[in-house]
Amino acid sequence: MPEIAPAKTPEKLLDIRGLKTWFKTDDGVVRAVDGVDLHIDRGETLGVVGESGCGKTVTARSVLKLIDMPPGRFEAGEILWKGRNLIPVPADEMDKIRAREIAIIFQEPMTSLNPVYTVGDQIAEVLRQHDRLSRKQALEGAAEMLRLVNIPNPAKRVHDYPHQFSGGMRQRVMIAMAMSCKPQLLIADEPTTALDVTIQAQILELMQEMKDRLGMSIMLITHAMGVVAETCQRVVVMYAGKVVEEAPVEALFGNPRHPYTQGLIRSIPRVDRAAAHKERLEAIPGTVPSLLSPPVGCRFAARCKYAMDVCTKAMPPLKEVGPGHRVACVL
Amino acid sequence: MSETLLSVRNLKKHFAISGGVFAREVDRVHAVDGVSFDIGKGETLGLVGESGCGKSTTGRCILRLIEPSSGEVWFQGADVTRLGPDALRALRRDMQIIFQDPYASLNPRLTVGAIVGEALQIHGLAKSRNALEERVLELLETVGLQADHMGRFPHEFSGGQRQRIGIARALAVDPKLVICDEPVSALDVSIQAQVINLLEDLQEKFGLTYLFIAHDLSVVEHISTRIAVMYLGRVVEIAPARDLYDTPLHPYSEALLSAVPIPDPTVKRKRIMLQGDVPNPIRPPSGCHFHTRCPIARPDCSERSPELRESRPGHWVACHYRG
Repeated sequence: MPEIAPAKTPEKLLDIRGLKTWFKTDDGVVRAVDGVDLHIDRGETLGVVGESGCGKTVTARSVLKLIDMPPGRFEAGEILWKGRNLIPVPADEMDKIRAREIAIIFQEPMTSLNPVYTVGDQIAEVLRQHDRLSRKQALEGAAEMLRLVNIPNPAKRVHDYPHQFSGGMRQRVMIAMAMSCKPQLLIADEPTTALDVTIQAQILELMQEMKDRLGMSIMLITHAMGVVAETCQRVVVMYAGKVVEEAPVEALFGNPRHPYTQGLIRSIPRVDRAAAHKERLEAIPGTVPSLLSPPVGCRFAARCKYAMDVCTKAMPPLKEVGPGHRVACVL
Repeated sequence: MSETLLSVRNLKKHFAISGGVFAREVDRVHAVDGVSFDIGKGETLGLVGESGCGKSTTGRCILRLIEPSSGEVWFQGADVTRLGPDALRALRRDMQIIFQDPYASLNPRLTVGAIVGEALQIHGLAKSRNALEERVLELLETVGLQADHMGRFPHEFSGGQRQRIGIARALAVDPKLVICDEPVSALDVSIQAQVINLLEDLQEKFGLTYLFIAHDLSVVEHISTRIAVMYLGRVVEIAPARDLYDTPLHPYSEALLSAVPIPDPTVKRKRIMLQGDVPNPIRPPSGCHFHTRCPIARPDCSERSPELRESRPGHWVACHYRG
């Protein structure tokens, strides 16, 4: 449920209120994002976590309006970018915002790079949308961007095609491309999920470096709680199209309040704890409900060990339980 | 370690790369390059490493789903690599595999009952139709599925449920050794925990031995008795699970472990950043394969290839300068 509008503070770079992004399918309407409130402050990294189908990617794509419409539709809510609602913004203006203010990187860099252009040309294209540059200048700029993301031999590698790069290097190219427009917000949608751990560590460090250099904010979408703990200041936990908990990272891991968040944290084996070895993992029973006809009450009720009658009657609203810590649970 | 169930000795698998007009062999991928380890009865050996290190190929060579190029695989007194077709089929009753992708490893046109019952029929383990059905029901129940699931098709199930079907299929023939090839990698964390718990329960109930192949080090540490770390086709370290995590000896194991993100913001660790990517397995670096990325490499590391040696009881490492 959206809050009664507080004064728009300038710190809120992005403020999503009561967003509903639904999809019409042959089987009915899929309520992928069903009333999401979240905001990102300037200079912060916000983690958006949840399992497959919880709506985290659709939320991110809604911000950039990268949703095919139809079948998608903004059913309700607003996406305030620096105080301005993006939903009614026309396509050509959205292009400008995408080129200059908000950038996105995806999970699988191979499918998001164009295989028939050199990476230099692809980065140069972004640079030329941003500034008036000659072809040569833009290509030099592209090499500079590759150097910035620590790709060896940048002057030579601008002439290579995406398939000539490894997975980790491709993700670096994606980051170089995203950084080329000097964005104020970088949306990173599972940027390291397809990568090995040692490469993941390199990419996360690189993102942090870029953030410090450009002073931008990051919206990091992931299912990996470890990645969130190590990179984010605040976290939003999503379940079945809704936000169930929002908290500063220390509070979320130190004192998780929603039974789903608690379950998520306890179901991961911990490398760093000797005591945890051979202890049984606390699995969450059951599976995620269908978003075609989500349950009326709390969407987690069917899997929740604390569920009571009231839980199946109405979805509890997010309520404040600590500084910046909000949870949608009756308990 | 208890009685040895499986012994792998100097296992190699080279894939030929052909090219030119006559498709001659122009190069070779050294996917598995001399791997040796033992698995004791009832234990879980974790096999970890990054993409392309040869861990899945090793698992498949043991079952001969991929024919190894050379080396020996001893299981119950026989070298698996030399068995003829009939003996191999008989062997597969005792060795089963669970695959990573529960969407791709189940035949979409067969019902769950037919998938789980197929092996029973092939090996002639069910005397009658009724006996077959009874056994399938029992198996479904064992893995936490319901009787009415028997007549349904794989697409009607979620990822976690499909993985349960794959597990029931593997268990149908009462195997001794189950090779689990990234069995939980495609699943969400809450479901992943369900499947890990199930695998642990089944191990206890049926006295199973697992070779658990995965890239997720937290999962491997949790489930394994001992762990072998692979890098570019070779085992660089083998140790009891907790020992490996507390005191990794090989610089690669150390870097790999330090790269695992810890789900606790109050824990701050020193991370060892490895430079660059894993080299191309077509032309792996000379000497120690890891020397191109190793923070403690010395000149002779590129010349001499280190052998696995026992540095502490049960803790083996292949490094000239550690241990």
